[in-house]
Amino acid sequence: MTTLVYLIPVALFLGALGLAGFLWALRSGQYEDLEGAAERILIDRDDRPDGLTGRAKMRP
Amino acid sequence: MSCCAPGAETALDVVDPVALPSSDEVRLASRSLGGGTHQTALSVPTVHCGACIHIVETALSTLEGVESARVNLSTKRVLVRWHGDQVPPFFATLGRLGYRAYLFDPETGKGDTILSELIRAVAVSGFAAANIMLLSVSVWSGAQGATRDLFHWVSALIAIPALAFAGGIYFRSAWNALRHGRMNMDVPIAVGISLAYAMSLYETITHGEYAYFDASVSLLFFLLIGRTLDHVMRERARTAVSGLSRLAARGAIVLRRGRVREYLPVGEIEAGMDLMIAAGERVPVDGDILNGSSDLDCSLVSGESTPRMVSPGAHIQAGTLNLTGPLTLRATAAAKDSFLAEMVRLMEAAEGGRSQYRRIADRVAGLYAPVVHLAALVTFLGWMAASGDWHLAGTIAIAVLIITCPCALGLAVPIVQVVAARRLFDAGVMVKDGSAMERLAAIDTAAFDKTGTLTLGRPRLVNAPSIDKALLAIAAELATHSRHPFSKAIAAFSGSCNQQRPASISEHPGFGIEATTQGQVWRLGRREWAEWKAYCGGEGQHGTCSGTVLSRNGVVVASFDFEDAARPDAGTAVKELKDAGLSVEILSGDTGKACRDVARSLGIGSFMPSLLPSGKVEHIEALTRAGRKVLMVGDGLNDTPALGAAHVSMAPATAADIGRNAADFVFLRESLLAVPLALDISRKAGRLIRQNVAIAIVYNVFSVPIAISGHVTPLIAAIAMSASSLIVVANAMRLQASTKPARKARTPYMVVQPR
Repeated sequence: MTTLVYLIPVALFLGALGLAGFLWALRSGQYEDLEGAAERILIDRDDRPDGLTGRAKMRP
Repeated sequence: MSCCAPGAETALDVVDPVALPSSDEVRLASRSLGGGTHQTALSVPTVHCGACIHIVETALSTLEGVESARVNLSTKRVLVRWHGDQVPPFFATLGRLGYRAYLFDPETGKGDTILSELIRAVAVSGFAAANIMLLSVSVWSGAQGATRDLFHWVSALIAIPALAFAGGIYFRSAWNALRHGRMNMDVPIAVGISLAYAMSLYETITHGEYAYFDASVSLLFFLLIGRTLDHVMRERARTAVSGLSRLAARGAIVLRRGRVREYLPVGEIEAGMDLMIAAGERVPVDGDILNGSSDLDCSLVSGESTPRMVSPGAHIQAGTLNLTGPLTLRATAAAKDSFLAEMVRLMEAAEGGRSQYRRIADRVAGLYAPVVHLAALVTFLGWMAASGDWHLAGTIAIAVLIITCPCALGLAVPIVQVVAARRLFDAGVMVKDGSAMERLAAIDTAAFDKTGTLTLGRPRLVNAPSIDKALLAIAAELATHSRHPFSKAIAAFSGSCNQQRPASISEHPGFGIEATTQGQVWRLGRREWAEWKAYCGGEGQHGTCSGTVLSRNGVVVASFDFEDAARPDAGTAVKELKDAGLSVEILSGDTGKACRDVARSLGIGSFMPSLLPSGKVEHIEALTRAGRKVLMVGDGLNDTPALGAAHVSMAPATAADIGRNAADFVFLRESLLAVPLALDISRKAGRLIRQNVAIAIVYNVFSVPIAISGHVTPLIAAIAMSASSLIVVANAMRLQASTKPARKARTPYMVVQPR
């Protein structure tokens, strides 16, 4: 019983962390172009985000 | 140019410079980001691998003024940011590389807020369902007393955000339906999950044994997955359709006080303004010609396959394509009062039959929800009478509601439609909405437009073998200098032998092309114009001796016969439709003779020529009154009202903009086999949907007695509900497996020609 008192919050916190991570990725536009992301690793050049990826933020 | 741009070589041929959007048009379609920076969205359908991304991005970002270019491979779009007054030559650059690009409207480039809401809801409910399920498993494996209460309390807490956020979608939809006196599948879902939560909370407070938090949240999770997939599929189809080239003009050059030229968007053009229409542009508003003569392609407007010759004084309609010479036009109506707008009004007036259609899921829900709620009520009253314990009676009644909560039914329809839409998508057919497939499965009559639908709307030279090779080569050489569809057909025969280049070539809009070589005057064009040494009628008169000829010094040396080329597989498609039990008709605005030829060659028994747009609607409405369900396939502006009036409608990718938006299905490839394929898949999907509904009902027949007798525990509810959902999904997947893979289709994506 005593172990549950801290194990359950820990489990929930880790799960929530994963959820927050997913929601962040969604907001920052990482799901905008899944096919493109798969192909882009083959292009040999700098792959700094150029601001156009985060289209979600610029929407009116 | 590269391995991966199918049709790129042919695309190069059709890119003719005038048909590309002018820089004024690009500026109009761009969004200003402030500070002199603009953002333009282009649709590039032929981008589809890493190399394409690299080529397109490198080429665009090296242009002067371009800040950045980013390809989105999933949506086949390119976002370009640029600054300065000069619009960089995007289209020419991409055209040289073999990628045909289209301008995208800024408003269609907006994000999809519903999709992101759905995905967030799936994530939240998935998180909640997984955690509650873990806690439930420990309860099922024998957690007792205080531990069980703790688990229940934690579950109740986790379920709150899931119900509030993810469940909100269902609560809103159910409330909307009830407020309008309708019933949909969301009503029993909303009632079920909220009652389950309320009862479980009561049980938790009173230290009860059974709580259904897991059932209510995992139900939400499953249903949201189905709903999200459905939305993604439809959104993909809509994106693909909106990425097609826009055929209506965006604006036109207006002559102010006879001198000043100004590019105005279509919406700002008023009656009385003078417009300049270059060869290759579409006419934006109705008007009278002040100056110039040309040939007009009316195929999209009236269905006529032969271009019409126009001269000063003639009245022309919005939507026609100016082929050969520049025109000055006095607008007689603003865009909102033009032919196009009239078609939209006709279409809206005709859209009665479709809105009356009730979706299968809603019809099932209309019967299902009252039956289930009644069963729960009867259970409650029965147990009250038998035991007198209202707590026991309430618990069992709510268990009935939970076990009958239409998890499988909620998935039964959308999952099949997602799988079917996916199959059609692979075959190049876009489905705008799930009910379209249900409606298509029910049709018994198919009505086709002729020009542009059964035919390609492009003439083909039919008597080439009988023409002297040398003369044909000369004609082809001349023909390459014109945009007239007949010239394009003749020009297709060029390139075989090396001809001496003619010294001077000039095009006489409305008449033909004249060239001078070594003292000889060659003319290719209308007979009455080319054959000036003979007795045949004067210039500008049609009729008696029309036809296209090649003349040398005024004497006809060769004549050309054309025929509108039928779409590939049109005959096979018509035959397949007939075999499927449909009656096939042609509804056309073209002449009786042209219709008869096409009808005979395709084996279609009945055709109605020379129909006005309202005539097509009347015919379809007459059929509908006679109890027929009509599929309308058409591409022109004049078909649009008929597309709206029909039970279900289809349009090719080359259709007019509003036609494409009005149609339920849009097929992107040239082959007409898309029509029988869509019919076949829709009918199969209809069968699977009925099977799925039957499975869901059988499930209820078995589970409801168990629930009414009071033997349902949360464990049984979880197993029964997941099992029925899995069976339904697996059954839907059979659609993917049963039909033979048609992924490698014969024709690649159609190159949308400037028509």
